[in-house]
Amino acid sequence: MAPGVAQAAEAPLLEMEGVSKRFGATVALAGVSFSVRAGEVHGLVGENGAGKSTLMKALSGALQPDSGRMRLGDAVYAPRNPLDARRAGVAMIYQELSLANHLTVEENILLGMEPHRGGFIRRREVRERAVEALSHFEHPEIRPDIQVGRLSVAAKQLVEIARALAVGCRMLVLDEPTSSLAQQDVERLFALIAVLKKQGKAIVYISHFIEEVKRVADRVTILRDGKVAGQSATDAISPAEIVAFMVGREVEDLYPRSHRQAGEVVLEITELSGMEKPRSVSLQLRRGEVLGIAGLVGAGRTELLRALFGLDAIRSGSVRLGVYSGAAGPRHRWQQGAGLVSENRKEEGLAMTMSVADNMTLSRLRGFGPCNMVMPRRQHRATRRWIAELGIHCRGPGQRVSELSGGNQQKVAIGRLLQHGVDVLLLDEPTRGIDVAAKATIYRLIDELASGEKGTGNGGKAILMVSSYLPELLGICDRVAVMCRGRLGPARPVMEINETQLMLEATGQERV
Amino acid sequence: MKVINNKILHGLNTLGPVLGLVGVYFLFVLIAPPSFSTLRNIDLIARHTAVVGTAALGMTLVIISGGIDLSVGSLVALGVVAVAWLLQEAGLGPIAAGLGGVAIGALFGWINGVLITKLRVVPFIVTLGMMLVVRGAAKGIAKEQKIDVDPDRLSWLSDFLAMLSPEQSWMLVPPGVWLMGILALLVAGMLRYTRFGRHIFAIGSNEDTARLCGVAVDRVKIMIYTLIGAFAGLAGLMQFSRLTVGDPTTAMALELDVIAAVVIGGGSLSGGEGSVLGTLAGAFIMTVISSGCEQMGLHNWVQQIVTGSIIVVAVALDRLRHRKTA
Repeated sequence: MAPGVAQAAEAPLLEMEGVSKRFGATVALAGVSFSVRAGEVHGLVGENGAGKSTLMKALSGALQPDSGRMRLGDAVYAPRNPLDARRAGVAMIYQELSLANHLTVEENILLGMEPHRGGFIRRREVRERAVEALSHFEHPEIRPDIQVGRLSVAAKQLVEIARALAVGCRMLVLDEPTSSLAQQDVERLFALIAVLKKQGKAIVYISHFIEEVKRVADRVTILRDGKVAGQSATDAISPAEIVAFMVGREVEDLYPRSHRQAGEVVLEITELSGMEKPRSVSLQLRRGEVLGIAGLVGAGRTELLRALFGLDAIRSGSVRLGVYSGAAGPRHRWQQGAGLVSENRKEEGLAMTMSVADNMTLSRLRGFGPCNMVMPRRQHRATRRWIAELGIHCRGPGQRVSELSGGNQQKVAIGRLLQHGVDVLLLDEPTRGIDVAAKATIYRLIDELASGEKGTGNGGKAILMVSSYLPELLGICDRVAVMCRGRLGPARPVMEINETQLMLEATGQERV
Repeated sequence: MKVINNKILHGLNTLGPVLGLVGVYFLFVLIAPPSFSTLRNIDLIARHTAVVGTAALGMTLVIISGGIDLSVGSLVALGVVAVAWLLQEAGLGPIAAGLGGVAIGALFGWINGVLITKLRVVPFIVTLGMMLVVRGAAKGIAKEQKIDVDPDRLSWLSDFLAMLSPEQSWMLVPPGVWLMGILALLVAGMLRYTRFGRHIFAIGSNEDTARLCGVAVDRVKIMIYTLIGAFAGLAGLMQFSRLTVGDPTTAMALELDVIAAVVIGGGSLSGGEGSVLGTLAGAFIMTVISSGCEQMGLHNWVQQIVTGSIIVVAVALDRLRHRKTA
């Protein structure tokens, strides 16, 4: 049989049939069938816990299914471990990148398969093969001899893909590839996917962003509760239908908007500059309002929040928070009634080895007992209230947060602000990496907090929200401002702007 | 049902080192000569554990916060020398000399903490340097010799960790052991029921999160290192009461025993985990092994091999349990 593109296009490169896996009493996968052809992009969507990652682990050899068959090309495919899978030509590009930051690009690309003679690395061949693998992308800035740690997240991801190509893989699995990319990098990634597709690679594309899957995938499979809930050519299905398959019901309104009453100014920033970013940023935030900050990754949005919360140094400018003015560290910001949810849940937002209760009460361990004592029982009682109000799925306040799903972890991170009773909420990418249902909960919560329906104290809260996902900014915010290269544009009511315009401003093509 | 299982499992987790201690003890009761299981020997084990155990209380805090202190051994020696010097050369009474030993330990601990937080040098390096500095200082104070203390100046200090005389037998164990027990209760309560304790855990679990939540990370760390310094000074006082001379070369490599006690007791060097009960069990396990081996007439080199193996096995079991519960 001569391998040819024509033939490959008909028969699937990878075929899974009736794959099942259970962990104790939990059925993670219940007879999933799934196939990818060479030169095809197959989107895989589903809520967290729907079985996507179990499916991918089975595919990558990280775990073995209890039953079912897998075929790759003409052979039975039963990888015992990830190395096995890679040798067979299946490469995973995970959400958490797995590069050695201290090594160079070329060393990373050929890590574990360095060409050598008698143990001595043949540097010239390393260079040649790295250059060859990188030649697939038009990214001259990724030089083979540069240290990976100095590259941006987007560039690191490309290095990871280059690594897969250097092994000669036939199939690539991309797990949430755009979750930490800015819009322009997303575009470049999509262009690369198109190139790989033409070369006859089979690609599985896992994402929470339905719009992306619509754009990039030829077919889409929707998982729910470990089963295939729907499968379709991407052209023949609407985003709303995909969401309906995912959640098993119609999502009535993703972005609720109750009546919000804008009150007094509670946060006022005047010409605030950090060490590099932000640069001379001014803004006013009122009680009862949600102000969104759009922009590309690296525009300085996170730095703005960190500077005004006292986590990064301020070079000049002033911050007034309620009745307090001047710079202050995080401890005082909390005392002044502001709280920050970090964009980086695992590394900064939460103490993963601690319990839900410990995480939620960490900023304010007062009032849980006499003379500065912290009685776990009282701490748990206070936490239970927010577990109920935010609908956090956990065994109880004593459970470790590392055991919760991403969406529930995020609710814990936001719950900390509510437990503290802050008036000003600084939310950095509050819906990153969580599923649609959890996103809907967080949107509803933001709306309820702004309108004053939920939370402690009276009146609406003031919310400053950074997001890279434009539909959610337009859906949930009252006003949106765009940040570009450290500078913040004017905040305008969402009625007066659209996505295209925000994108143009964010990429610096249109100055206002 | 699953919840109950988890609770049992969790209970076993914290009790693991204690069960290990009980297991090791009864193993020796079976294989060692009868002299091992006498009350007298239990008393001996308790007295031998007091020095390492007291220093390990401080080390528990340090390790939970994700740090390490390599200077404890030297600080114990400094404590020994300081107490001797204060008694003999400065002519202070036993209480003042004892407090002086604790204070000088706390002072050097505080310096460790300040260097770690203000210079942003990792604890391993700062305390490695301090280990040499303090050992040198101890030798300097003692002028490269031992400080002999007149017996009449010792007063009750020589009984602090000595075998009890018949009329004192109502105390069961000497005052030094009681002191270690009381301090252990205080530290355990502090870790569990105070803001300071929760902050220590938070810093060890994720320092960035702690900072984000407004924990005064630097202040807490300085406090932790000051405390371990004070505990080391107290351990020095106990060591002195056993030696009754100010020997600056004592407690060599003691820091390794102290770290081993915490680690056997379930402390994780990456921070966020550890318990006082576990640490004490870890300290006792090591003494029980050496005592048992001694009674069986085994040589010192056998004891060392056994203790070394126990450390690795204990931590390996701990990791295994982590994978089970995670």
